[in-house]
Amino acid sequence: MEEVTMLKPLLYLGALLAVSSGIGSAQAKVRVEPSHLQGPRVLPEQTGTAAIRDYLQSWQSANAALEQNRPDLLDPSFVGTARDKLTATIKQQAALGVRTRYQDLSHDIQIVFYSPEGLSIELIDKVALEIQVLDHDRVKTTQHIVARYVIVLTPAEVRWRVRVLQSAGD
Amino acid sequence: MKIRLSFLLCAMAATTVQFAFSQGMSVPKTVEAGKAFSIQSTGSGKASLYVIGLGQALKRDVQLGEVITFPLGSLCNAGRYLAVLADDASTQSEQFDVIAENRPAEVSFLAKPSRLPVGLHDGITGAVYVFDAYYNLIFTPTPVSFELSSPAGTVQRRTVETRFGAAWTTMDSTPQQGIDKFVARAGSISSTRVVGQVPGDPCGLKMSAGQLDQQLQLQTEPVKDCNGNAVPDGTIVTFTESFDGVQSTVDVPLKHGVAQVQMAMHDGATISVASGVVLGNQIRWKK
Repeated sequence: MEEVTMLKPLLYLGALLAVSSGIGSAQAKVRVEPSHLQGPRVLPEQTGTAAIRDYLQSWQSANAALEQNRPDLLDPSFVGTARDKLTATIKQQAALGVRTRYQDLSHDIQIVFYSPEGLSIELIDKVALEIQVLDHDRVKTTQHIVARYVIVLTPAEVRWRVRVLQSAGD
Repeated sequence: MKIRLSFLLCAMAATTVQFAFSQGMSVPKTVEAGKAFSIQSTGSGKASLYVIGLGQALKRDVQLGEVITFPLGSLCNAGRYLAVLADDASTQSEQFDVIAENRPAEVSFLAKPSRLPVGLHDGITGAVYVFDAYYNLIFTPTPVSFELSSPAGTVQRRTVETRFGAAWTTMDSTPQQGIDKFVARAGSISSTRVVGQVPGDPCGLKMSAGQLDQQLQLQTEPVKDCNGNAVPDGTIVTFTESFDGVQSTVDVPLKHGVAQVQMAMHDGATISVASGVVLGNQIRWKK
């Protein structure tokens, strides 16, 4: 499999993209690593920037949806398997009287795959999160986790949407 | 069916468990999606156990000191989970990962384009994502075989290992027109796409001229591409006659593989033929 090293590091994206949500209103630190892209297609810098921007916004959508137990808040950012699974989680939470607050504290992102036909982008993101679990509005725990997520984005009308959001361990 | 099979496998296989001890419970560090697992609690009295992640949310009322069992199919969505054991006095939390099964059950396969001219090097691309029975992306490198076969029997094969669940390849379009089958296979799971290969641009376009009554009769030879495939009827062929500074042009669609037309006959006229960007021969008409 051919490896193409390209795309200038989007290291300044973090300065432009501030993600705030969840428990407090702190802003997530965002670092974008240089890509080691597999695939024959060159990823234009603008496309990479848009994909990462939309991906970071998807955390805000997920956070809001999981905190309010409102699956409809997922619609702008999620599609397919990711939306189905998050929707199911929200329904389970609602049935249990549970809510969760996710605050993404930092992201360390690398684009790893741009499919040849241009219809998907795969990212890896080492995310630091603070998670609060509430049962009938009583906080049960607040935990800090660091996990590596693999994300597959596909283009919609005007933005990239998350199709797969899956953690891959530490 | 796939999911049922996976459930059966779940029942047969024991979960590999590495315990991370905490005061109130011991939780497996990893659980394979869909498999049964258990959490050992310590202490006494009643408590609530929450298993919370982006992929699922569970809650159990438990008796401390007992083993809390989760039957197969309890946690199917891969991801990081929190196990939270809470009673009125205290809360214990542990993290663990649910990981995808290493058995492909779904291949998401995108082949492009669905139709292209024959004889293009690396003209066809295929990309796959490999999932388990619960639509978890399988991160373990998995070999994916791609195969493009034409009706004439020619086969191109490539085997590529997935990286973060994704793999891709390119193939050449074959010299013969027709409908090719493009198959991606991971384990016993395959997905097939159809790629139509159509003739390329005309090649060696050639016409002849003759007299019919007082008109010039122009007719091409059967129009084919460079691989000998007949260019489809309806393809436009343009005849151009130049005489005494005046140019006349006629567009004619191919019919039964040839284009023919009658034009005004002028002694000394120059006639050329073209189709798209392909130029054919030129004739200087003399009686």
